[in-house]
Amino acid sequence: MSVRSNSAQEVAASRAHSPHTSMFIRMLLRAAVLRRGRAVSALLAMVVAAAVGTATLNLYVDVQAKLRREFRNYGANIIVVGKDGASLPADALSHAESVLAGRGIVAPFALIVARSSDAQPIVVVGTDFERVKRLDRWWSVSSWPSGPQQALIGVRAVSLISPKSHAFDLSFQGHTNHLTPAGTVQTGAAEDSRVYLSLPDFVAWTGVQPSTVEVAASGSPEDVTAIMHQLQNAIPAADVRPVRQIMEGEARVLGKTHSTLMAATTLIILTAALCVLSTLMGWVFDRRRDFAIMKALGASDWLLNGFFAAEALAMGAVGAIIGFTVGIGIAAWIGRVNFHAPVVPRFGVLPIILAGSMVVTLLSAILPIALLRGVQPAVILRGE
Amino acid sequence: MFARLVYESFRRQKRRKLLAGAAITLGVTVATAMIAVATDIGDKINRELRTIGANLLVTPQEDTLDVEIGGINLKPPTDGAFLNEADLPKIEGTFWHNNITGFAPMLPVNVSVQREGKTENLTLLGTYFAKQLSYGKKDFTTGVRSTHPWWKVSGAWPDDNSRDVLVGERLAQKVSTKPGDEITLSGRQLRVAGVLSTGGAEDDQIVAPIALAQEILGRPGAVRRVYVSALTKPEDALARRDPKSMSGPVYDRWYCSPYPQSIAYQLQEAIPHSHAEQIRQVAQSEGAVLTRIKGLIFLITLAALIASALAVSAAMATTIFERRGEVGLMKALGAGRLAVASIFFAEATLLALLGGLIGFATGSLLAHQIGRSIFNADISIPPVLFPVILAIAVIVTFAGSAAAIRKAVGLDPVYALRGEL
Repeated sequence: MSVRSNSAQEVAASRAHSPHTSMFIRMLLRAAVLRRGRAVSALLAMVVAAAVGTATLNLYVDVQAKLRREFRNYGANIIVVGKDGASLPADALSHAESVLAGRGIVAPFALIVARSSDAQPIVVVGTDFERVKRLDRWWSVSSWPSGPQQALIGVRAVSLISPKSHAFDLSFQGHTNHLTPAGTVQTGAAEDSRVYLSLPDFVAWTGVQPSTVEVAASGSPEDVTAIMHQLQNAIPAADVRPVRQIMEGEARVLGKTHSTLMAATTLIILTAALCVLSTLMGWVFDRRRDFAIMKALGASDWLLNGFFAAEALAMGAVGAIIGFTVGIGIAAWIGRVNFHAPVVPRFGVLPIILAGSMVVTLLSAILPIALLRGVQPAVILRGE
Repeated sequence: MFARLVYESFRRQKRRKLLAGAAITLGVTVATAMIAVATDIGDKINRELRTIGANLLVTPQEDTLDVEIGGINLKPPTDGAFLNEADLPKIEGTFWHNNITGFAPMLPVNVSVQREGKTENLTLLGTYFAKQLSYGKKDFTTGVRSTHPWWKVSGAWPDDNSRDVLVGERLAQKVSTKPGDEITLSGRQLRVAGVLSTGGAEDDQIVAPIALAQEILGRPGAVRRVYVSALTKPEDALARRDPKSMSGPVYDRWYCSPYPQSIAYQLQEAIPHSHAEQIRQVAQSEGAVLTRIKGLIFLITLAALIASALAVSAAMATTIFERRGEVGLMKALGAGRLAVASIFFAEATLLALLGGLIGFATGSLLAHQIGRSIFNADISIPPVLFPVILAIAVIVTFAGSAAAIRKAVGLDPVYALRGEL
């Protein structure tokens, strides 16, 4: 008994000394602790809504870049050719490399028409296999050449020049070259009727320098256009052309995907916001007794509004921050599952989510309060 | 009594039931629209991907090698084998003809043009622009305008039955020709209908109706190759197998799936002495893009479903929570847990069915709207979606109410009646 009265006295003493503001804070905290169930369910709704919102917004921002990368599977989107079929200057490839600075892949191609041993014409191409492997990923190659004087033969050319994988001769302007087949390439296009050599072998044999550099530049259409201008400036002797079918197709598909994603994101965020609104409004409305008691004890309208608003804002902020963390995790997971690359967390999304959550929670606090303001506290307290 | 309780609850609590119903309707609307979009997005994006060009190429079976550098053919044009133009409409008779969005035959021939007193050799490409064809009773139009949508013409597209030609952009600049001019090719006076810009080899060529190219070559009905644009399914392990090694049912499944390989196989069957193959650059890459976009929309749909399930369950929990007093009264009058729970579940089912019905209708409308505004095409809603959506609505409503109902039936009537909760 003495312990109880002691503690009661201590509590009374401590309360007497504490300033008015701490009552405000205590009511905020105690309200959340005492009505744990409802507060937790409201917070949960807030967290899930913020998480889903964060994940979709994050994906919405990041997905363009991710899909652009997929489109680079289509290969080059810029072609650099010598003017009027002439060879490119010897430093064209290194110029192109330095313009790109890692923002894409370049591969050189040099072409001639050679004669097989039975005098059939065949197109022979000199290139850099390591670059082609990365640029033209759709090539179906049985085995890439690894040593000097090895050739990659198009599937349709095989029967003509090396039906049994024997070594074969090709001649160009009187120079004969003895080659061994390394494997075959199949693309369903012009490559199938050609023979590919490594560039050093090709140049040593024919003396012909590359006439085409294919460039797969990554980035937005503006980036690609800028790269085209820089390439033209760096290699004035060349003609720089976009591969229109790839660029236009990419723009169309990405545009449509983006619009679909935007429609979906809008729908999801709207649903999540309405869900939070209905949960929180129910929660606040449920507490009309607290409201009535505070009013009966002489709390001003300002204090009441401030109290419920502060509570709503705190709920919104906490929910948004937890939800943001969860949402970033979801976005990263989607990135891993769907694109096999992490989605970079966009911290720029946080202020949007934070502001959005706080607006929604504030709205869901103010609406019921506005409804209750005109009502006499006695009416509420009598449960009418 | 049970029915009356449920009925009265709806009659007397119109506002509250309306709120819960609205939440369910909204949730189902979003779910329906997103599922409809997600099931149809593959087809829609596939059609957009066709703007990148044809994904199948049909060539004569016994063809000689192409000797072509930068769009200039170095092979004698009469060399090699040809396909027969009369066989082309049979493409429309293949099993997957609905998936074939268009085809365009090509016949390159060499022509000479007089410029500044000199004779220059050029390539003239014969093709279909938008040719009227018929197969059986069906009429259809096909040509480069559907298979090569990135080809742009200033001036007018020539008519397929005319002798008008298109001049490539760079060539037009060299010979200073503009639409409406006349051009003399290998002794023939032809009218230039327009200037063609493609960003490819055609910019240095002349493109003409195929009959004109056949006339110049002296081989009526000859076609060198046919580009076919088809909606295909991303290839998987089955697609890559050799049809000759398959057993009956596996072969049927392979044949009846729109893989690039199986459509190519069917084209080969339809056109005599032909060899059809996928253009790997287009066919392979679009598989990757399509898979990613479909996966993304699927995951986003999942997020939408979570958000709408949350909205529904939040609304249900609130309505039940507000009726603690009622529960207390019922229990005080001797209602068991089962009776109380079944009343709430019956109400939830009614709300879910009603909300599901309206939500499905508005969701279909929304999907339709999305399809119209983004893809300029209808989003088809499979009828099987309706029962699925209703079932989802009922399950989600139940799941959302379950926690609240459990709490409600566990309530001590005394506390509930005194309002001490």
